[in-house]
Amino acid sequence: MPDTLIEVKNLKKYFKVPAGMNHAVDDVSLTINRGETLGVVGESGCGKSTLGRTIIHLQEATDGQIFFDGKDITHVSGKKLREAREKMQIVFQDPYSSLNPRLRVENTILEPLKHSGRFSSRQQLREEANRLMELVGIDTRLRQAYPHELDGGRRQRVGIARALALNPEFIVCDEPVSALDVSIQAQVLNLLMDLQDSMGLAYMFVTHDLSVVRHISDHICVMYLGQLVEKCSTEELFKHNMHPYTNALLSAIPSTDIFHPMQRVQLKGEITSAINPKPGCRFAARCPYATEKCQEPQKLREISKDHFVSCCRAEEIAG
Amino acid sequence: MKTIKREKEKEQKTSWLAETLVRMVKSPGAKVGTFLFVLMCLICILAPVIAPYGVNEMDLNAMFKGPCREHWFGTDAMGRDILTRLLYGGRYSLALGVCASLFGAAIGIVIGSVAGYFGGIVETIIMRIMDVWSSLPSMLLCILISSALGAGFFNTILALTVGGVPGNVRMIRGQILAERSKEYLEAAESINCSRVSIMFKHLLPNVVSPLIVTTTMGIGSTITTSASLSYIGLGVQPPTPEWGAMLSDARAHILNYPYLMTFPGLFIAVTILAINLLGDGLRDALDPKLRN
Repeated sequence: MPDTLIEVKNLKKYFKVPAGMNHAVDDVSLTINRGETLGVVGESGCGKSTLGRTIIHLQEATDGQIFFDGKDITHVSGKKLREAREKMQIVFQDPYSSLNPRLRVENTILEPLKHSGRFSSRQQLREEANRLMELVGIDTRLRQAYPHELDGGRRQRVGIARALALNPEFIVCDEPVSALDVSIQAQVLNLLMDLQDSMGLAYMFVTHDLSVVRHISDHICVMYLGQLVEKCSTEELFKHNMHPYTNALLSAIPSTDIFHPMQRVQLKGEITSAINPKPGCRFAARCPYATEKCQEPQKLREISKDHFVSCCRAEEIAG
Repeated sequence: MKTIKREKEKEQKTSWLAETLVRMVKSPGAKVGTFLFVLMCLICILAPVIAPYGVNEMDLNAMFKGPCREHWFGTDAMGRDILTRLLYGGRYSLALGVCASLFGAAIGIVIGSVAGYFGGIVETIIMRIMDVWSSLPSMLLCILISSALGAGFFNTILALTVGGVPGNVRMIRGQILAERSKEYLEAAESINCSRVSIMFKHLLPNVVSPLIVTTTMGIGSTITTSASLSYIGLGVQPPTPEWGAMLSDARAHILNYPYLMTFPGLFIAVTILAINLLGDGLRDALDPKLRN
């Protein structure tokens, strides 16, 4: 029996823009189990970062519910919000802007602890800083360094150490490796996976890099324009992907197999706007299989066990 | 033993203030600037002790005397010793310039960061007020305030402060807008920093650099503006010596007795140079990117 840590029900996050309401996250439901990784993939601007930020309360949800460990934390504030945030942290995409350039590594890492008041003496704080730096693999001699003196990988490690300082149970990784070069990407990913094993962390891993998400995730959600279009285990997704959008997305992964040349599904047309969208399937305008039925609202439905797809023709297309 | 000692030294150095000071001392420009500025302040504070004559002591036998042994910098139209008046005048000029600029910067930081950080309707209201405020020429504003409140030292400071506020507000707000989207502010929020703490610990230190420069530059122009106020009879009142006022007085005699202008001008120039060097040094010392 999987141990559910995060449960999100019908989460909506709308932004008011001059042209209307931007449906950045629209009616998203998902669960994340303790110690597991949920990958969230989708193209730029599909709302995957917003989803992560809304779950950890960097943004207020417009509608829907967020449960953490069975408790509804959707609209908490004050002390309860602070407690909730201590258990949910975030690692940001850009290690160059996610660290305050005027704080030393040690101070950046210890700041969360100072606000939580867990440690009082300087000695304890110093020891904790050393422990965290060793945990994420930064040499403790860099304690007094400023962020600009570190390379991207080390900065990202500092960001990870800061997220770990409060001993959270859930971390949103908002494209944590997409700003790093490939060799460092691997190091940081392995670090994240090691930490998951040793600390039992649950991740929500937001990315557009499919090879990364395949490597790290247990389950994957595919997002398109604020909505989930497909949700299943990683293995299942790469074997039996159903939704036409997922098909197109996966067909874009470069292949090294010369006997099975890639068959790219090319999508035509522009991504439609998330501002005041029409009720039907949002992918319909670009979908090669679209019919009139696609103008009706699409629900995420379970097609096989633990495999959810929001496409009325999923079976036909797959079959 | 040795390593332990070194470790200890390192820890002691971590005090933010101490480190900034050390860096200030290391930079030659800042050193010269600090030295000149402190010297200027000292001789002005010690004016009663070191000045050779009384501040308003007139010697009608020695009008318009050029620099000589009795009067190093010469005498003015009423036979008053210029060196003496420069020393006394520095007290007013320096206080005026430094106070007005600092107050202007402080008010600018507060209003500008409120506008930049909170955004929305608050920002719109503040910035439109600033637009109106800055559409009045600052000189006119000074005249308005001085004539409404009456001439005098503190009213002059107030008048000069008010003129500098909109520019500072704009700059701080602009800086904050550029900085606000950075993720370290979101990170600070996610680790339960209070809004006040985010503003003062994370945001402000990263946006004040340009303000330090403009404020120190502004001290010079503030001194000259106060001179213009004195000239139209609204600033510091004669016979109070003030560098700007001395310049204005000397204008009538510029063709015949140019040294009347030279020495006050020189004092103003040296002071401004010193403060600018100091300001540049301070900005660099506060910037971790320039630390080694």
